[in-house]
Amino acid sequence: MAKLEKSEQLSQKQQLDLKNKILVRKLLWLLLGSLLFAFALVPIYDVLCEMTGLNGKTNNTAAVLTKAKVDETRWVTVQFTTNVMPGLGWNFYPKQSSIKMHPGQIETVIFIAKNTTNQVVVGRAIPSITPGIAAANLKKIECFCFINQALKPGEEKEMPLRFFVSPELPKDVSDMTLSYAFFPSVDGVKE
Amino acid sequence: MRGYRNICLGILSMLASLSAHAEYAWNFPEPVTPMALDTLHVHNKFMLISMAIFFVVLAIMIYSIFAHRKSKNFKPVADKAPSTGMEIFWTLIPFAILLLIDFVIMGIPAYHSVVMMEDTRDKATMVVKVTGSQWRWQYEYMDGDAQGIKFVSNLSTPKEQTDKGFEGKKDEQYLLEVDNRLVLPVGEKVRILMTATDVMHNWWVPQFGSSRLAVPGFLRETWVQVDKAGTYRGQCKELCGKGHGYMPVVVDAVPMEEYKAWVVAKKAEMAKASAGADKEWTKDELIAEGKGVYEKNCAVCHQVSGAGLPPAFPALTGSKVANGPIFGADGKYLKDGHLDRVLNGIRVMPGWKALLNDTEIAAVITYERNALGNSVGDVLQPSQVKVARQ
Amino acid sequence: MSTTTVAHHDEHAEHPTGIMRWLTTTNHKDIGTMYLTFSLIMFFVGGAMILGIRAELFQPGLQLINPEFFNQLIGVHALIMIFAALMPAATGFANWMIPLQIGAPDMALPRLNNWGFWLLPPSAILLTLPFTLAMFGIGDGALATGWTFYPPLSVQGGIGVDFAIFAVHLLGVSSVLGSINIIVTLFNMRAPGMTLMKMPLFAWGWLITAFLLVATIPVLAGAVTMLLTDRHFGTHFFDAAGGGDPVMFQHLFWFFGHPEVYILLLPVWGFIPQILETFSRKPMYGYKAQVYSFWAIGGLSVVVWAHHFFTSGMPVPALLYFMYSTMAISLPLAVMFFCWIKTMWKGSMSFETPMLFTVGWIILFGIGGLTGLVLADVAADAQYHNSYFVVAHFHYTLFAGGIMGIMAGVYFWLPKMTGHMYNEKLGKVHFWLTAISFNLTFIPQFFLGLAGMPRRIPDYALQFAEFNMISSIAAFVLGFSQLLFVYNIVTCIKGGKKATDQVWEGAQGLEWTLPSPPPYHSFTEQPTVK
Repeated sequence: MAKLEKSEQLSQKQQLDLKNKILVRKLLWLLLGSLLFAFALVPIYDVLCEMTGLNGKTNNTAAVLTKAKVDETRWVTVQFTTNVMPGLGWNFYPKQSSIKMHPGQIETVIFIAKNTTNQVVVGRAIPSITPGIAAANLKKIECFCFINQALKPGEEKEMPLRFFVSPELPKDVSDMTLSYAFFPSVDGVKE
Repeated sequence: MRGYRNICLGILSMLASLSAHAEYAWNFPEPVTPMALDTLHVHNKFMLISMAIFFVVLAIMIYSIFAHRKSKNFKPVADKAPSTGMEIFWTLIPFAILLLIDFVIMGIPAYHSVVMMEDTRDKATMVVKVTGSQWRWQYEYMDGDAQGIKFVSNLSTPKEQTDKGFEGKKDEQYLLEVDNRLVLPVGEKVRILMTATDVMHNWWVPQFGSSRLAVPGFLRETWVQVDKAGTYRGQCKELCGKGHGYMPVVVDAVPMEEYKAWVVAKKAEMAKASAGADKEWTKDELIAEGKGVYEKNCAVCHQVSGAGLPPAFPALTGSKVANGPIFGADGKYLKDGHLDRVLNGIRVMPGWKALLNDTEIAAVITYERNALGNSVGDVLQPSQVKVARQ
Repeated sequence: MSTTTVAHHDEHAEHPTGIMRWLTTTNHKDIGTMYLTFSLIMFFVGGAMILGIRAELFQPGLQLINPEFFNQLIGVHALIMIFAALMPAATGFANWMIPLQIGAPDMALPRLNNWGFWLLPPSAILLTLPFTLAMFGIGDGALATGWTFYPPLSVQGGIGVDFAIFAVHLLGVSSVLGSINIIVTLFNMRAPGMTLMKMPLFAWGWLITAFLLVATIPVLAGAVTMLLTDRHFGTHFFDAAGGGDPVMFQHLFWFFGHPEVYILLLPVWGFIPQILETFSRKPMYGYKAQVYSFWAIGGLSVVVWAHHFFTSGMPVPALLYFMYSTMAISLPLAVMFFCWIKTMWKGSMSFETPMLFTVGWIILFGIGGLTGLVLADVAADAQYHNSYFVVAHFHYTLFAGGIMGIMAGVYFWLPKMTGHMYNEKLGKVHFWLTAISFNLTFIPQFFLGLAGMPRRIPDYALQFAEFNMISSIAAFVLGFSQLLFVYNIVTCIKGGKKATDQVWEGAQGLEWTLPSPPPYHSFTEQPTVK
C-alpha cells in the first residue's frame, strides 16, 4: 500500500516537474521576445521620428523630386543655423541667414565650410529642424549632409543644399529653423 | 489621526518661528509670461481639485477610524454576500468620478495649455539661440538689428563663496548671477531655439513657465513673451555633470527702446574687442589678461592651479599640448596642437572659437604656456589667432 | 498518508548548518529571510548615502562633500533603494508567503531561487565598489549621472558607469529569475481548489509584477547594453554624430522605468488589503475589482512612459496622448482606494502597528498619487519637471507607498515568521516617528520645487535655505528612527511573547493555519481549498 502511494507520488512529482519545465520554456520565449523587442525599438524609433518629426529628425536621404504644385498663396521663412561640434577644426556657417519661399518652390542655399587645421579632416553634418512638425515637410533633394565631407588643410568649400517645403505643411506654420551640427566623422579616414 | 493635524500645525509654527524677514514661496513665483500665467492657473486648479479629493476621502476614513473601532465595541457589519453586480456598481462610482475629473474638469484646460505651450509657429518678433555646454550658456541673436550678437554667460558668484568651507557672507544672488545677461524686449514674442554641444541641459526660468531640453546635435524650441520688465533668474535643470548647480540663467527684460540701445552698445563693445586683435600685445599684458580668462572659463575643469582632475580633465601643468608647438612648418596651426585644442575642443572640451574672441584666446594660451608651472616662453598674438581662424 | 508524502525535499530533511545552510539553501523560507535581511541592510546603505546628501544640503554653500561625489551619491542612492532595498523586500515576502498562501510546499524552482538571491550581493558590491576604488586612486568614483543613466553624460562618465551597467545586468537577471519562479509557482503549485480568482491578493499583485518584470527588464538590459557598446565598442545608438539620438535612451529607459514603479508597488497593493481585512475583522471589499484594477494598471504602465520627459520635446498629439493615458491610471487607483476604505468601513478596527502603518500608508500614498495626477499635466509639468516637486512626489509614492507598505508587511508577518510577538509599543513609536519625520522631510520639498529649486544640485540659492534646513533635520530623524525598526526585529527574532498560530484575531488565509513559526517544510500534506 505504502509502496503504491510512493510511486504515485513520484509520478505526480514528475508530472509537476514537466509542467514547470514547459511553463519555464514559455516564459523564456517571452523573455527573449522582449529582449528582441528592446533592440527592435531602435529602428522603430527612427521610423516614428521620421513620421512625426519627433526630435526634428529629417530624412537623411534624397527626397524624390515630385512635381509638387507651388502654393503661391503663402510664404514660409526658413532660417539657418550651424554648430561646429568639439574636435572639428572647421569654420562652418550659412551664406544666407534665412530664406523666404513658397511651399513647393525649390531653392538652393549655400553653406560655407573651411578647414583651418593643417590636416585633412572628415566631418559629418547632422540636420535638425524645429518645430518638429516642419521636419516631415522639409524635403531635401540634394544635400552635403547625405555623406561624409572631407576638407584638405586650409580648403574652403561651398556646400549646397537643394530643398523644398512640402505644400502639405500645416497652414499655421510660417517659421522654421534648420540647423546643421557638424561633427568630426565617427567613421572617418583617420584621426 | 490627530497626528496629521499636528504635523501641519507643527510645520506652520516652525516656519513662522524661523527668520521673520524671509519670504516664503508657497507656490510658483510670480508669472511674467502668458505661458507661466496659464501654468499657474492650471496648477492652482488641479491642486484644489486634488486637495478636495484628498480631504473628502480622508474625512470619510477618519470618521470610519473613530466610529468603527473594536475598542468601542463596534460589531463588524459583514458586507452582503458578494454580489458581482453590486460590487461592479459601487466600484464604478469612484471610477466615474475620476473619469469626469481627469478628462473633463482637468483634461479640457490641460488641452488648451498644451496647445498654447507648443505654439511657436506664429510670427515671432525675434529668435534667440541658446546653446548649453558644460557649464555655461551661450546666447546668439539670430535676426533683426541684433543679428550677430553672441556671447557667453558664466556664473559670476565669486569662486571663494562657492568653495568648500566658505564661512563668510554670501551674495544676495548667490549662485544666481552671471557676467553677461540675456537681454530681451518686453512684450515681444521671442522664439527660443535650444541646443547643446556636449551633454543635455535644460534652460529654465521658473517665472517664464517654459523649459526645454537642450540636446547636443539637435534643435529644440520654446517661446517666451515677457510682459513685465525686470530681472528673472533660473537654473539648468538637467543633470549635466559636476557643474550642474553652477550654470544659472539670468534674463533682463527691458522696454523696446532700452533693448535697442543695448543692441547698439553691445555691437560697439564687440567691435572694440575684435579691434584689439590687431594691435601688438606684450607678453605680460597677455598673461595678465589670460589669467582672468583662464580662471573664468577653464579653471572649472583644469583647476586654478592647472592640476586638472584626471582622468576626466587632464592637467595643463607639464601637458604635451600646452608645452608643444602651436604652428607647423607651413604656418598653419597643428592639429592636436595647443591652438587647435582651444579653438576646436575635443570630446568633452568645448571648442572656444565660438565663445571667446581672438584676444581672449591668445591671452589664455599665452597664460597657459607661461604660468601654471609651464615655461615655454613664447607668445601668441591675437592677430595670429585671427589669421588662424580664417 | 502523512508518513509517505514527503517525497520531494527528502534530501533537505537534514539541512547543513552554519554558513553552508544559507549558501546552499533551496528552502523558500530561508531564501525569503535572506532577501529580507539583504534588503534591510541595503536600506541602511542607501539611507546613509542620502543622509550625506541632506547634511550637505542643510545650508547653502559647500560644507562636506564636493559636487562630483554629490552626483555619485544621488544616483547610487536611487539604484540601491530601488533595486537592492525595495525589490528584494517584495521578493523576500513573495518567497516567504506565496507558498504558504497558496498551500504549496515550496517554490516551484528552488535551485533557481537560490541563484536569484546570490546574484544580489555581488551586484550591490559592483554598485558601491567604485567608491572604494576611488579612495585608492582608481577611477573617478561611482556612477555620477543619476540613476537614469542619460547619455551623453553617461557616455562621458568614468568606470562607475560600467560598474553600474554590470550591476544592473545582474540585478535584472536576478529579478527575472525570481519572476519566472513566482509565475511558475503561482500557475502550477496552487492547492487543489484554489482557482486563480481565489488566490490571495498578494499573489495576484506579484503575478502581474512578475509578468511586468519579464516584459520590461530586457528593455532596460538592452538599453544599458547599447550604452556600454556606445562607450567602448564604437557604436552610436545615442550619439548624434553617428546618426543616433540621445533622446531615444530616455524612451527605452522609461519604457522599463515606468512599469518599474508599479513593479515596486503592486506587491504592496496586494498585501495592504489583507492587512486591512485582518484588522477590520471583515473580509476585504471588492476582491475582483482590485484584481481587475491590477490588470488595468499593469496594462497602462507600459504605454505611458513618455510622461517622464515631456520637456524633451514631442509633437503635440504625442504630448496629449501621454498626458491623457497617464491620467487614466488614476481610474483603477480610485477603484482601489475605494475598496480599501470600504473594507475599513463598518469593520471592527483595532490599530496594532501593521494597521497603523497601513492607514498611514493609504493617506501618504494618496498624496503621492494625487500629485502624480497633477504632474501628468504637460503644461504644469514644464515647471515641476526635474524640480524638488518631483523629488517629493516620488518619495511619497516610493518611500510612503513602497517602504512604509513593506514595513506594514514586516510587522504583519513577523510574528508568523519568527513565532514571537514584536514589541508593540516600540512599533507604534516607530510608526509615529517615521510618519511625522517623513512628512516634515518631504512637504518642504514640494514648496522648494514650486519655488524653483532644481533637483540634483549640490548647492543652492539663499532663498531655498529655510525649507532645506527643515527637510534635512527631519531626514535625520527619519533615518535614525529606523534603528528602532531594526532593534524591534532583532529582539523579536531572539525571543518575546509566543505568537499563536493565527497571530491576529481577524487573520484569514492559509498561512495563518500553520504554526508560528511554520515548520521548515510546510504543507507536506497539501491543503484543499473549497
